[in-house]
Amino acid sequence: MNDASLIESVEARFPEAVSTAHRFRGDATLVLRRESLLDVARFLEQDPAFSMDLLVDITAVDYSAFGKGPARAFFRSSGVALGPAAQIPDEDPWPGPPDARRFAVVYHFYSMVHRHRLRLVVPVGEVEGATEEVDSLVELWPGANWLEREVWDMFGIRFRGHPDLRRILMYDGFEGHPLRKDYPVNKRQPLIGPVN
Amino acid sequence: MQTTRSDPAELETRDMLLNIGPAHPAMHGIIRVVAQLDGEQIEDADVEIGYLHRGFEKMSEVVDYNGVIPYTDRLNYVSPLINNMGYCMTVEKLLGISVPERCHYVRVILAEISRITDHLTCVGATAMELGAFTVFLYMIKAREYLWELVEKVTGARLTVTYCRVGGVKADLPDDFAEPCRKAFEETRKVLSEADGLLTRNRIFVDRMSGTGVISAEEAIGYGITGPFLRGSGADYDVRKDCPYAVYDRLPFDVPIGSRGDNMDRYLVRMEEMEQSMRIVEAALRDLPPGPVQVDPGTGRPIPAAEMVDLAKAGDIGAIAGGCAVVGPTLEGSGKARHASIAADEKRVFLPPKEDAYGNIEGLMQQFKLVMHGHGVRPPSGEVYFPVEGANGELGFYVVSDGAGRPYRVRVRPPCFAIMSALSRLLTGDSIADMTPTFGSVNMIGGELDR
Amino acid sequence: MPLDTSFLTSRLDAAIGWARKYSIFQYPFVTACCGMEYMATACSHYDVDRFGAGFPRFSPRQADVLFVVGTISHKMAPVLKRIHEQMADPKWVVAFGVCTCTGGFYDNYATVMGIDTILPVDVYIPGCPPRPEMVLDGLMKLQDKIQAQRTTGERAAPEARPDILAR
Repeated sequence: MNDASLIESVEARFPEAVSTAHRFRGDATLVLRRESLLDVARFLEQDPAFSMDLLVDITAVDYSAFGKGPARAFFRSSGVALGPAAQIPDEDPWPGPPDARRFAVVYHFYSMVHRHRLRLVVPVGEVEGATEEVDSLVELWPGANWLEREVWDMFGIRFRGHPDLRRILMYDGFEGHPLRKDYPVNKRQPLIGPVN
Repeated sequence: MQTTRSDPAELETRDMLLNIGPAHPAMHGIIRVVAQLDGEQIEDADVEIGYLHRGFEKMSEVVDYNGVIPYTDRLNYVSPLINNMGYCMTVEKLLGISVPERCHYVRVILAEISRITDHLTCVGATAMELGAFTVFLYMIKAREYLWELVEKVTGARLTVTYCRVGGVKADLPDDFAEPCRKAFEETRKVLSEADGLLTRNRIFVDRMSGTGVISAEEAIGYGITGPFLRGSGADYDVRKDCPYAVYDRLPFDVPIGSRGDNMDRYLVRMEEMEQSMRIVEAALRDLPPGPVQVDPGTGRPIPAAEMVDLAKAGDIGAIAGGCAVVGPTLEGSGKARHASIAADEKRVFLPPKEDAYGNIEGLMQQFKLVMHGHGVRPPSGEVYFPVEGANGELGFYVVSDGAGRPYRVRVRPPCFAIMSALSRLLTGDSIADMTPTFGSVNMIGGELDR
Repeated sequence: MPLDTSFLTSRLDAAIGWARKYSIFQYPFVTACCGMEYMATACSHYDVDRFGAGFPRFSPRQADVLFVVGTISHKMAPVLKRIHEQMADPKWVVAFGVCTCTGGFYDNYATVMGIDTILPVDVYIPGCPPRPEMVLDGLMKLQDKIQAQRTTGERAAPEARPDILAR
């Protein structure tokens, strides 16, 4: 299935789960509601028209500093799509960050049988200092175990139903979640040795 | 005298916890495996990683798009050109541009050479740990020939930083085909020697066959790709299934194993090296010709250093219409070659030096790409682009908010998935089987922990 | 009265220094990309065996030179310190690669900015990664340092950083 029909099939099957969809640069992307992730994922894996047997990646993006980067140049024309793009037309522009919520957990899937790819984006917000929880996909794809541990370690997003949610890349006593935008890049927390 | 032998089932036993690592002799990197042993058999293994976490993803939010490329070199540091290429192609997809055809061929040639060096290191290190130290020395010798070849092109042996967003740093040197042929001849000699020493060697076969077995369905469930998955029988190669660059025009086969044990993975890697050499030879034959060297009739050749001096002295008239004569690797790339190595996009790739010094448009292009606050600024968006790394599907997921620095760069590390299955691979085997299994995983710390 | 002025002990020091410098048992604490250049140096092309350093001992109890090869993260630093403490005197430390010298370009939350913040270092070999010729040059400098050392293990005062001395 090509990217357009992938999006249409999922939207037809789960109309209330999908918030928005786009095909920026040919990557079929669906923005889902947090609660329906597990159902949609199960459908993607089991339905023979999709058979997304390979969970490629789970990651997250912190959209809190989006668009507030270093001051742009005074040439307003920068940032716009460049000249006549030769092979990859910009027919479906990117709608922007998926939601007003701070984080988005991004899943990439691939089907070995049909050779198509799909991306799911699940916006996750913060409630009283802690992030909202997302269902874990460990029961469907065992590889999700470590990938979700890394998202917890780097972003602090909890996964409901994960058997063993602990840090994977940083050491156990580390405080904070490094890939969040409010964690400064050279803040030191050494176990031994000088702080700076 | 009557001797009684106790029935083993009646003895009270306790499992032993053996901590292997993080500093351990296998020269693959630093991980820690806490193995629960029942005698020699591993009942359970807890794998702990993260000892080489260097914050690649955080650093790439601090530098600009071209500045991420040195960090990508150090991801899978035995095949740096594949990482470079993957990242650059991702950003090019985000920008919506494509590079000249010759540039694609150059990237493919160097990526395949990198793949050969990766497999040489992996197979050599595995063999060394099983006792075949000679094979390791032979394979490192072959790797040296390939690194000298890479050095001719890029200027560095290991951390090359060769690709740029929109092209490559410089063209292949004119005399590339002959050293390449010689290097491959040496590599093929080494491979046949190693094959003769290992493939039918009783000890090697006994240690590698039947250990570390995983079925294709399970491997796919863990997200494993690459030679590890192909050793189990699944036919997935990003170069064939989702072709990129010019792989769809080059003839090559993808070896598939059947039993999913370490021996099949070793055979897959050995065959892949041969196939990579085949790809490079085909690419060198099909390489579209770059512009010929400076034609004295159309452009006066000026040595590059002299041209820089004249331009800084303000003597534009002396260099107008001239064409710099530069060695393609260390001195950059002159105007004659520029069209073949760089996309024709002013907002992405630096101009040739003749233009930067010679006319105002080139100077402005240079300024806008280099000065702080400017730079390569792709449109806002998110893209994912997979390439076939030496360990499997190496994907880059880049999110941009229109600024000169990436908003988020995520690298999907192929050996992360394999390592997540490691405890499943080790369970049930004996502790001596850990060595070949871990060797065939080809864990590269830079990629695993980023 | 200092013993080092006598003829016999200085000849003894020279002889033992000569023996020590040509029989280096290295502990290659390999973490990252520099490990590839370490392998290249140790193998046939650039052969470190001709300097007498061809025998890596993978146990700190049996080694005398700790080659710290590759980036050290904060998670790894206690392990490195423990390995160093497990080595018996006389021991030397070589910081191989710029990540171990000063942290390299990984100026972030995860990397130790130079192992001399936690260990005393004898020879710094910068480079990212250093070419094998540089490694051999560093090894020869280490050999000079070993030669100049007294038998008692006392060495010339290191050019220490004030923050290290203060600790």
